[in-house]
Amino acid sequence: MPKSLVSREYRTVHYVSGPLIFVGRPEGVSYGEIARIRLPNGEVRTGQVLDISRDLGVVQVYEGTSGIDDLDTAVRFTGEPPRVPVAYDMLGRIFNGTGLPRDGGPGIIPEDEVDINGMPINPYARDKPSDFIQTGISSIDALNTLVRGQKLPIFSGSGLPAGQLAAQIARQTKVIGEGEKFAVVFAAMGITYKEASYFIQDFQRTGALERVVFFLNLADDPAIERLATPRCALSAAEYLAYTHGLHVLVILSDMTNYCEALREISTAREEVPGRRGYPGYMYTDLASLYERAGRIKGKKGSITQIPILTMPDDDITHPVPDLTGYITEGQIVLSRDLFRRGVQPPIDVLPCLSRLMNMGIGPGKTREDHRNVADQLYASYAYGRDLRKLVAIVGEEALTELDKKYLEFADAFEQRFVTQGGEDRSIERTLEIGWELFSMLPEHELKRVRREYISKYHPHHREE
Amino acid sequence: MSEGYVSRVSGPVVIAGNMLGSRMYDVVLVGDEQLPGEIIRLDGDEAVIQVYEDTVGLKINEPVVSTDLPLSVELGPGLLSSIYDGVQRPLPALADKTGSFISRGVSIPGLDHAKKWDFVPQCKPGDKVGAGDCIGTVKEFHLEHRILVPPGIAGTIREIAGGSFTVDEPVCTLDDATTLTLMQRWPVRKSRPYRTKLDPALPLLTGQRIFDALFPVTKGGTAMIPGGFGTGKTVSEQTLAKWSDTQIVVYIGCGERGNEMTDVLSEFPELVDPRTEKPLIHRTILIANTSNMPVAAREASIYTGITIAEYFRDMGYDVALMADSTSRWGEALREVSGRLEEMPGEEGYPAYLASRLAAFYERAGRVVCLGSDECMGSITIVGAVSPPGGDFSEPITQNTLRIAGAFWALDTSLANRRHFPAINWIKSYSLYLDSVEGWYGEHVADDWRELRERAMFLLQKEVELQEIVQLVGPDALPESEKIILEVTRMLREDFLQQSAYDPVDSFCPLDKQYWMLSVILYYYDALAAGLNRGVSSRQLLDLPVRTDIARMKELSDVAAIKAIIDDIDRSIYTVGVEQ
Repeated sequence: MPKSLVSREYRTVHYVSGPLIFVGRPEGVSYGEIARIRLPNGEVRTGQVLDISRDLGVVQVYEGTSGIDDLDTAVRFTGEPPRVPVAYDMLGRIFNGTGLPRDGGPGIIPEDEVDINGMPINPYARDKPSDFIQTGISSIDALNTLVRGQKLPIFSGSGLPAGQLAAQIARQTKVIGEGEKFAVVFAAMGITYKEASYFIQDFQRTGALERVVFFLNLADDPAIERLATPRCALSAAEYLAYTHGLHVLVILSDMTNYCEALREISTAREEVPGRRGYPGYMYTDLASLYERAGRIKGKKGSITQIPILTMPDDDITHPVPDLTGYITEGQIVLSRDLFRRGVQPPIDVLPCLSRLMNMGIGPGKTREDHRNVADQLYASYAYGRDLRKLVAIVGEEALTELDKKYLEFADAFEQRFVTQGGEDRSIERTLEIGWELFSMLPEHELKRVRREYISKYHPHHREE
Repeated sequence: MSEGYVSRVSGPVVIAGNMLGSRMYDVVLVGDEQLPGEIIRLDGDEAVIQVYEDTVGLKINEPVVSTDLPLSVELGPGLLSSIYDGVQRPLPALADKTGSFISRGVSIPGLDHAKKWDFVPQCKPGDKVGAGDCIGTVKEFHLEHRILVPPGIAGTIREIAGGSFTVDEPVCTLDDATTLTLMQRWPVRKSRPYRTKLDPALPLLTGQRIFDALFPVTKGGTAMIPGGFGTGKTVSEQTLAKWSDTQIVVYIGCGERGNEMTDVLSEFPELVDPRTEKPLIHRTILIANTSNMPVAAREASIYTGITIAEYFRDMGYDVALMADSTSRWGEALREVSGRLEEMPGEEGYPAYLASRLAAFYERAGRVVCLGSDECMGSITIVGAVSPPGGDFSEPITQNTLRIAGAFWALDTSLANRRHFPAINWIKSYSLYLDSVEGWYGEHVADDWRELRERAMFLLQKEVELQEIVQLVGPDALPESEKIILEVTRMLREDFLQQSAYDPVDSFCPLDKQYWMLSVILYYYDALAAGLNRGVSSRQLLDLPVRTDIARMKELSDVAAIKAIIDDIDRSIYTVGVEQ
């Protein structure tokens, strides 16, 4: 798009509603471009064109509309889509939600300026994600394996330690047999200062801070800016991954706040609301973020995403987790029940899923028995959990001997397999614990495991 | 050709002025970048256009030009093993042209116009031909690609030549100077004509036990797979795309994940069709409009897919069309409808959602094709539905239920338990049981229907018994009911569960399915007979034959499964009564 050297200022703000201003007769303005709004007091804010017609242009103002008047406020259109400057030197720096430094340091020397909306990856150009990532967390590595290029969200509830889990993953993550360059991009949307500083301190403690880029939009920052924050972060991640060949882990926290900002804009535009007042296009909007994870043929780097979201009232059917689950390649679900019982991390494995698991496990990647062990752990634990409900009604005496073993198995699974605190477990150790648990059950109950693996890995056979 | 100008832009919807004389559903090129779009409403001299690409950067007063043609696809040799976006742009060619990311305003034809194909004529000068008649063939992989006279054309052949042609070069001239090429165009929103529709009678065999044995769909039938996220819709769709016994598969990834398409793209060339021994990709056409690609093209992708399917049906082939997911298509409708400020119906969906869905599913069917040889072809549609929150009462599920002939309900609690395919056998149904009974009786066994009903009866009984167990515990059940619970558990775990990833189990031939089911029910009869003799259920269930039944899936030899019946005879009928 050729940049006009002369840009006109419009003093035709007609109508202001919530985060939106309506500018009259905006000639030559293009859809989606960035506008600079100069307030009567001299302050300059940034906005984006959401809708244009002959008579009106609708601009959403990232920093909010307080102080904007309909007489002296001037709007200048830049003719540019929203862009963020990117550079390798972003590593170790802290930016605000729109990509300006907020750590007191100087602005970066941009190597490039990229459109924050990115462009969709051609499905044909995508490379198959297939590298196993060892997070050191048993319930993820063994049962819901994370693979490079995957997007695997953490579904949390308010007060549950999703942040700690994400930080632990970022800290421990490694790809077996490779010492490649990695980076973490952390985008905070509407989280508190305390939560954000937890991450900063954690990275500082482990000495990883110079591998991290922060984009912080905290709870008291303008809500509409949150719509730009993950896009800036992903643009930086794409630049680091595809230009500099880094393997980037992107943590987005908290997507629920992002969706709320989306709802705010939608309501201000008086759009027909979908479920619970969220706009009907929220699926598409979220997809435009999540689908930016992946690997590209012929490029070295990759983007792995771990979005964190809070399920309002722990409700997994709420639109935010629901639409997220439909786009992402699985989910890690935290459970309040397990948290109360002191299981740390409180991952409820039953509703968890990793869709790309099969691509990252098996001989040469993890171990040949991995798939079978995972299936068997799931089946046995699920059965044990069902029995718990039964016991609540009829008492433990009514159970058969076999069922009692399953009940014990379920308890042991939670206490020994899921619970690990800050321990960094290798995949071998994780599978070993799995086999130790299997030895609590009669061997013929291990229907999901091939016979040859039983004789190779079962503790009873190995001791002989 | 009318030329207008942009007068409003709101997301994927653009309003253009000075468009008097343009037609509904004609394709227009919007703006300086010539973004393709389709007219979806006319109002005075204004046209409302849904644009198939991102509209960022579009300005008021940029030109809008109508092509005066409806949205069409190119049909001809070269379709097989292609991967397209929602408006039939080949993604590999797009990647060559613009790199790994999709940029805007690039137009690439659906077929390769430079490639030469060997055309073998089947007619000679002087032959009278009409619409749908085959004038010759082109070999595309192992498939005989029949070149048909397009609908609306008839005459006597003046000239026809064999040899090597591109899709644009005339291969045949009629006496009225009409020339026929290897390629034809067809507007996607219009269904291709056929002679008559037939009742479905042949089952679509999928090698999946829950579908083939319990809830079959016919060739030319329609099926829906609704389920919350993570219940395995996509895996089911992909499994069906792999193993269905059709000559052609059209797979539409409509608003789904990019990595899933990569998975299909990397897996299908390696997998081999068990019936033709050829790579699966050679019979597959992929349409990938992932969730981050423009929303209006997502709406069109379903129609692009079904039109390609109809083209192959007209050649007399059986086609299976997988649409994953129709909910995303419905949401695209909703999004565009919302931008048009239409009065919303249920949950914000437009009021015409039901009729659009019905019109799409009705394009399935088994038909007698137009040609004079009256060959038969079919399209089977399997549509995945992604209900929000897994709640089946939402509009897309409910409206699809009214049309689809087979309902395969995915169940989150089964998926959580890793029971895959997570299809709930109590909620699911198939309306085609009577239609396929004859075929099964003839090709599988006379008592197929009877076995199926018995299995279903036991599974239903299990639900009732489970309720009692929940209240009073399993010990309170009489012996005869304890064995029912054991046998239904066997049905669930050893028959209905099927691994999509296991090399042996992922495809289960029909006779193996029949014998597996027979063995389990035979085992039930044997247990019941044992109880009658006074043997205790504990004693019966401890017999090792049970483990053999559990391992049936791993066997690829049907004789070994049949042999289990003898084992049951030997062990159960000889067990002595404990004193």
